[in-house]
Amino acid sequence: MFNPEKIQASLEGILPCVQKPGRYTGGELNQVLKDWDNVQTHVALVFPDIYDIGMSNLGLAILYDLINQRGDALAERAFSPWNDMEAAMRRSGVPLYSLESKRSLAEFDIVGFSLPYETLYTNTLNALDLVGIPLFSAQRDEGHPLVIAGGHATFNPEPMHAFIDAFVIGEGEDVIHEIIQVHQEWRQAGGSRDRLLRALAQLWGVYVPSLYRAEYYPDGTFSHIEKLAEEAPLPVIKRIVPKLPPPPTNLIVPYIDTIHNRFPVEIMRGCTRGCRFCHAGMITRPVRERPVQEVVDAIATAIQKTGFEEIGLLSLSSSDYTHILELVNAVSQRFSGKHLSISLPSLRIESFSVDLMDALKDSRRGGFTLAPEAATERMREIINKPVSTVQLLETARAIYSRGWTTIKLYFMIGHPSETLEDVQAIADLCKAVLSEGRKLIGGRAQVHAGVSTFVPKPHTPFQWVPCDTVEQILAKQVLLKKALRGNGLKLTWNNPEDTLLEAWLSRGDRRMAEVVYQAWQRGAKFDAWKECFRYDVWLDAFRSVGLEPAFYTHRERPIDETFPWEHISTSVRKKFLTEDYLWSLQGKTRVDCRERCFACGILPTFADMRRTHPGEVWQCPEVKSKKIPVQSILEKGVEKGESRIVNPISITS
Amino acid sequence: MRLRITFAKTEAMRYTGHLDLHRTWERTLRRAGLPLAYSQGFKPHPRIVLASALPLGCTSECELVDVWLEEQLPLDHIHGTLQQAMPPGLHVLQVAEVDPALPALPTQLSASEFQITFRSSVPDLDMRLEQLLHASELPRVWREKAYDLRPLIFEIRRLPDDEHECQQITVTLAAQEGRTGRPEEVVLALSGEPEMSLIHRTKLIFQSNH
Repeated sequence: MFNPEKIQASLEGILPCVQKPGRYTGGELNQVLKDWDNVQTHVALVFPDIYDIGMSNLGLAILYDLINQRGDALAERAFSPWNDMEAAMRRSGVPLYSLESKRSLAEFDIVGFSLPYETLYTNTLNALDLVGIPLFSAQRDEGHPLVIAGGHATFNPEPMHAFIDAFVIGEGEDVIHEIIQVHQEWRQAGGSRDRLLRALAQLWGVYVPSLYRAEYYPDGTFSHIEKLAEEAPLPVIKRIVPKLPPPPTNLIVPYIDTIHNRFPVEIMRGCTRGCRFCHAGMITRPVRERPVQEVVDAIATAIQKTGFEEIGLLSLSSSDYTHILELVNAVSQRFSGKHLSISLPSLRIESFSVDLMDALKDSRRGGFTLAPEAATERMREIINKPVSTVQLLETARAIYSRGWTTIKLYFMIGHPSETLEDVQAIADLCKAVLSEGRKLIGGRAQVHAGVSTFVPKPHTPFQWVPCDTVEQILAKQVLLKKALRGNGLKLTWNNPEDTLLEAWLSRGDRRMAEVVYQAWQRGAKFDAWKECFRYDVWLDAFRSVGLEPAFYTHRERPIDETFPWEHISTSVRKKFLTEDYLWSLQGKTRVDCRERCFACGILPTFADMRRTHPGEVWQCPEVKSKKIPVQSILEKGVEKGESRIVNPISITS
Repeated sequence: MRLRITFAKTEAMRYTGHLDLHRTWERTLRRAGLPLAYSQGFKPHPRIVLASALPLGCTSECELVDVWLEEQLPLDHIHGTLQQAMPPGLHVLQVAEVDPALPALPTQLSASEFQITFRSSVPDLDMRLEQLLHASELPRVWREKAYDLRPLIFEIRRLPDDEHECQQITVTLAAQEGRTGRPEEVVLALSGEPEMSLIHRTKLIFQSNH
């Protein structure tokens, strides 16, 4: 067994031989290193990609802070070693270790994986293998750590069901404490691993896949899920926090550069826009905002504690934050002249956004990013991101005339019912924007078009639609590459095969777990990395399991199909999603739900929470109703929770 | 005011490269609440100048950085607030005020002295040192470029073994812009294993008119 001393000693010889050894040392400013023997519960937080990426993940930083605030628990970090480091570790027998105490992850009580996107699945298996923890949940015993996972991808946990003991569905801030408590009680009482899992299954927001069985029809489509234990809730309702807790400010300051090397602060969680392609927008409802003062104070504290020169004000749609102007003014007043750069991503396409960026004077005058997502008004109505081309060009003029020289435009190809004319329109729109720039600032004007490919996601109104085939994607990309040539124009795009992997895994079922396993066995890892992703390995894995990849991606799913992720409830009802999908086919849009409630299903589920948190904290309508404890919702199921929404507009199809 | 800070670089900080170290200093000064000066212009950058890049993985007890502050502050105050704000692995040893008119640090450097500890012993080390000293040239290749290491070595000699009976040497290498000897190249020239050697910078040597 490798103890911390032996791991440290091995690293002395390994680190000088690998790229960026700073990824593997730990010991950074603000890391928390507790006395191992003085705490009951040891949690390893793993981001299964390299340090440079994982250290930029806010979810990990939040959980690290919350767990380490407890006197009886500690949290340490681990990341995937890059290929050179992995090879060196395997040669010397060094297990995947935590950066803080250099302990093998096998010594921890709980190993928690952050899974914000699907391309981390094989790395998760690889990480378990590097520790020597059995990959399959069923093969673990009381001596192994509890393996849990959370993050946006786990809203469809099924492709990873065989490897993870328990998933956290939704927000982790509260439930992590409950998981630690259940674990401590189980340790004290003793008992089997099964007993621990059954106890965990009773926590709101926890899904223990081994307590369910999936059934399929002979044609391979999903039939239903069956629960195998009394303790297993059906559906599993996502966890949310009623109010965003104060943001962590003593973030770890990396010794080396990372992708987002900055202090991130969430100003708002959730989004009211209702873009139909947007997974995050559907699963993170309801919208909860942080008070302006709390954000400003957090920045001031964080600068003292970290010294970061860049601040990221994060949300899914900054312009929609109720007091955005007040926030921007407060931030620029308090921190101007301090040589900070403040980023405010996800701004609406309107000239007011340019005013906002202008107010943050210290920001880098790099590019100004807008995300129209589609280039024709027809298409933008289908995806419910209605903005007129006139307004977009007006915004572009405002951007160029206020000192920016580059506009980055983000689009997706592969939207439902998209034609080559819609794709051609992307090129035309980019050129129209560039010509506005030329009129204002001449040859300095630039347009960068980032064109990714749409992947239909579970729990969204587009969960029924087929994903474009490789041939379709290639044809569209060829068109764009030809059309977007010339001075001042730049185009970036995704490899269509990468898109397919994401598409297979997003809407996969339990049988996909075997594909993930077979792919990993054949060497798949770092699938999110161009230089590592191996499409042929995945096709081979599908063949070995006897599944057809196109079944998951290119099949138009009938409107009444039951999906393998339906037992995971985001609280946005399927009825709402169905209606929204049907509306999209007619090009019918919905306004921002701050303007009127469309009864998506969030309020009935969380009515009591809303009632006890009135006012601006939430952006859903106020609720006046008798008290319905969440527990009773869990027992009765979502649909039965009765409440009266003030001024609801009920939609029936 | 222009400060010259002497600092040590140890522990995990030895894997922080030159650019990242520059940023680390900017952050440290911001945490300390010291009024760091920035250059004028469209994209102001902090006025921090490190004397000499330390190869990745090496430790040091003699690094130098010049920092400009917007206002005059007492040196003991600066030293105190800096010490509070230093990240693990960086240690302030001395803070002095220098003449703002002095030339930039890197242009004044002439050589670096390193102490190298071989954790796996080099056979016939004394003989190899002799050979190296008497060689008229030491052709080597660094990043696909051929060069002669010998004229970059000003001095090299054996030190007494350390407490773990590891062999130790000290070497003085050229450290001028565009003409810098790398200590790990010396280890290789002695047929040692760089990954099994601890390299520690002990002195920065400036041109005599400094």
